[in-house]
Amino acid sequence: MTFNNEMGARLWRLAIWVFIGFFIINLVGIIAAVVVDSFGTSWFNSWLPGGFTTGWYRQAWSEFQLGGVLLVTFEVAGAVLLGSALLGVPAAYALARRDFPGKRFVMLIFVLPLIIPPFTYGIPLASVLYQFGLGGTLTGVILANLMPSVPFVIFILVPFIEQIDPRVEAAARVFGAGTWALLRTVMVPLLVPGILAALLLVLVRTIGMFELTFLTAGPGSQTLVVELYYSVFAAGMRASQSIDAMAVIYMATSLICLVIALRFVDPTQIVGRAKRTTH
Amino acid sequence: MQNMVLTPPVPERVRLSQRLARRGFDVTTLLLLPALLFVMVLFVYPAIYGLWLSLHPMNGGGWLANYTAFFSDPYTYDTIFTTLKLAIPVTLVNLLISVPIALRVRHMRYQRMLTTILIIPVTLGTVLTAQGMLNYLGPLGWFNRVLMLLGIIHDPVRLVHDFTGVFLSQIVGGFPFCFMLVLSYVTGIDPSLESAAAMLGAGPFARFRHIILPLLGAGLAITFCLAFVQAFAVFPSAVLLGAPSGPTRVIAIAAFHAAYEEYDYSMGSAVAIIMGAVQIIVVMLVMKASSLLYRGPVAGGKG
Repeated sequence: MTFNNEMGARLWRLAIWVFIGFFIINLVGIIAAVVVDSFGTSWFNSWLPGGFTTGWYRQAWSEFQLGGVLLVTFEVAGAVLLGSALLGVPAAYALARRDFPGKRFVMLIFVLPLIIPPFTYGIPLASVLYQFGLGGTLTGVILANLMPSVPFVIFILVPFIEQIDPRVEAAARVFGAGTWALLRTVMVPLLVPGILAALLLVLVRTIGMFELTFLTAGPGSQTLVVELYYSVFAAGMRASQSIDAMAVIYMATSLICLVIALRFVDPTQIVGRAKRTTH
Repeated sequence: MQNMVLTPPVPERVRLSQRLARRGFDVTTLLLLPALLFVMVLFVYPAIYGLWLSLHPMNGGGWLANYTAFFSDPYTYDTIFTTLKLAIPVTLVNLLISVPIALRVRHMRYQRMLTTILIIPVTLGTVLTAQGMLNYLGPLGWFNRVLMLLGIIHDPVRLVHDFTGVFLSQIVGGFPFCFMLVLSYVTGIDPSLESAAAMLGAGPFARFRHIILPLLGAGLAITFCLAFVQAFAVFPSAVLLGAPSGPTRVIAIAAFHAAYEEYDYSMGSAVAIIMGAVQIIVVMLVMKASSLLYRGPVAGGKG
């Protein structure tokens, strides 16, 4: 009886590790296939390409005008970072510190953009942006990307601010700090780690955000991921290696941001919206 | 006389700002307004405008013309079932794999390394995963090559430009997402509850059935909803990896087709609203089902 249980437990453990291993091997395969192809000269019926070259990167750079696309991507990301900080941080502070009638309703309004998928509200949002002449412009793309980022920042920061003791602020007040001094010398230093973590997650999300940019961007306001989608969609018009070279550039951009983000935040935070309070 | 002095004088009128502050409205609360206004303008207004737009069909007809058109043509209303047939199994598979792995991994030393690896597909997003899978799972890709080398198959199996490709891409992106959420719920369960059960003689299955599962119920329901909503909105991989005119014509494709290829924003909004409504119905059913399970603290007896 004990023997059977022991065997069962071992088999179970083995099955779990086999699955994790299988998943990671395939994941590495999917990514490596793109990277290897982007450096290959020609790759048809063999394990590896016939030869290796870096020429596809030069070609992809000029073919897809990646310089401009990268510039747009970083302009959008930068503006979204700034905007979500300016709008999100004060709102998170107010939600963390005050209880007022209708707070649940406000929370509901903030949570909806996060649980309703971008495609559902992206189409009405795009038509509103076109109505105001912002559709297809850089401003429109920035506004569309800012939309889910503001609630995202709020939901990460609210628990973070709640754990800062309000008595610290009260003490500063007692010792005569004005609002500005309180903000500058007490609140900002305490909040910086949380704001930084939230903004890094916004950066990672904005670079990878496909749907909203796809629905609102026009020529000249497409970010890297949308450009990549269009080139994969029109595969056959360009060499696959050239598309893969662009994919590697995209991958490098978002992975660099991810590595920076992981220095400050826990990976589960990228998926779960808010840091859960530990018991 | 003495009593009169002790009762505080009641002023005739409390100033409005003081009355508001007492209920929680003061300058700090006002910090909320810019963000609230922003979300109102860019989320609530578009949602209402989309609803209004969908009720004013571009090609005339009654105010429900878009909806009757959608539900009278099998080519359009079948997209709901195509999407459900993809999204529900994908979500269930992801959830069912995530639970045992999260339970095994929670006390592991290299947990952070594993979560770091698993966050990569979530970060790279569906477009890049789709392009990678086109190479990797294609008829000449490494996956088919390895299977042929091992003698499991003789001819390459068709994995891309089909239902299978989209299904697999949803697992590659969706499993890490589910796993992270489940892991964060599992680590919230006090391990001493399980130790107590083990000491009283409960085997692994009994511990799971009577302790973990009830405590995890609400978390699993939320994970299911979030993962389902993502799977239901699948667009890039259904176009790039699937057969967008056939077996993987999901509802997002129908919405995109109406709004951006036929330039009928009215119909596009109608499909988007139907899409949202189906999601909300599924989410509500799941939450309702989970509320029938146990609800209570997960942190142990002392509270």
